[in-house]
Amino acid sequence: MIDIEAFSCQELVELVTDYLEGALTPADLRRFEEHIALCDACIEYLRQLRETIHIVGAITPDDLSPEAEAELLAVFRGWAPADV
Amino acid sequence: MERSDAQLVDALRAGDEETFRVLVREWHASLLRVAQIFVPSRAIAEEVVQETWLRVLGALDRFEGRSSLKTWVFRILANTAKTRAQREGRVIPFSSLQDPARVPEASVDADRFLPDDHEHHPGAWSSPPRDLPEERLLASETRARIARAIDGLPASQRAVIMLRDVQGWSSDEVCNALDITEVNQRVLLHRARAKVRNALEDYLGSESG
Repeated sequence: MIDIEAFSCQELVELVTDYLEGALTPADLRRFEEHIALCDACIEYLRQLRETIHIVGAITPDDLSPEAEAELLAVFRGWAPADV
Repeated sequence: MERSDAQLVDALRAGDEETFRVLVREWHASLLRVAQIFVPSRAIAEEVVQETWLRVLGALDRFEGRSSLKTWVFRILANTAKTRAQREGRVIPFSSLQDPARVPEASVDADRFLPDDHEHHPGAWSSPPRDLPEERLLASETRARIARAIDGLPASQRAVIMLRDVQGWSSDEVCNALDITEVNQRVLLHRARAKVRNALEDYLGSESG
């Protein structure tokens, strides 16, 4: 079902973020959806990208060590008005 | 209850330590990632974050609420980091932030698609995405792999995926905090997500059929 107008799979994978961000032009959105409707591999790619976003969202950033927090609080105490 | 920026600023001005602690906990990881776009090491990024807080506290009286407090703090961070980078004699990789599309990058290796001159299906998958076993997706080992993949990204991509997908910021917030265009933000996000998906497929992918 590939014609000159349609996106190839290789082109489509580069448009997935624009698609998810709602940044495709109406014409490109139509071509994107026409391709996806007929292509199992690209549906799977899109699904995996959504899974990826989901898993990334489950990561807990744990960069603040107790030492670093204590240092920053010391900075705050050094700055804060003493007569509160 | 969620407090307004004005309430947060008032509490900080009054020396309220708990408010400061909450903000530090919420923003620290993001501040570090953004600082690392500009400075060469994690240790220097930590110093930049500390210096940023000092500047923020010193400038609180000048916060006018024209941008959100978050955006304002991250702008101060970016300026602090750039100044520090210059002092370190580092050439700031502006292009990675301001012009990421200049160097093309493929989301998926070109050899997984049929060649451009293929008779029937140029650019179609020749090696489609491998199945990812559902039951292992949310395992802690998988999350650890993903975290490692994010750590391995170029700093500007790492900062954007961190802010958008880990911290849940909107694209507007990221553009404002990093002072980049929507288009460049999307390019960085796209590349970051594609690489993390590749890492996921490398780790979990099994041949289907």
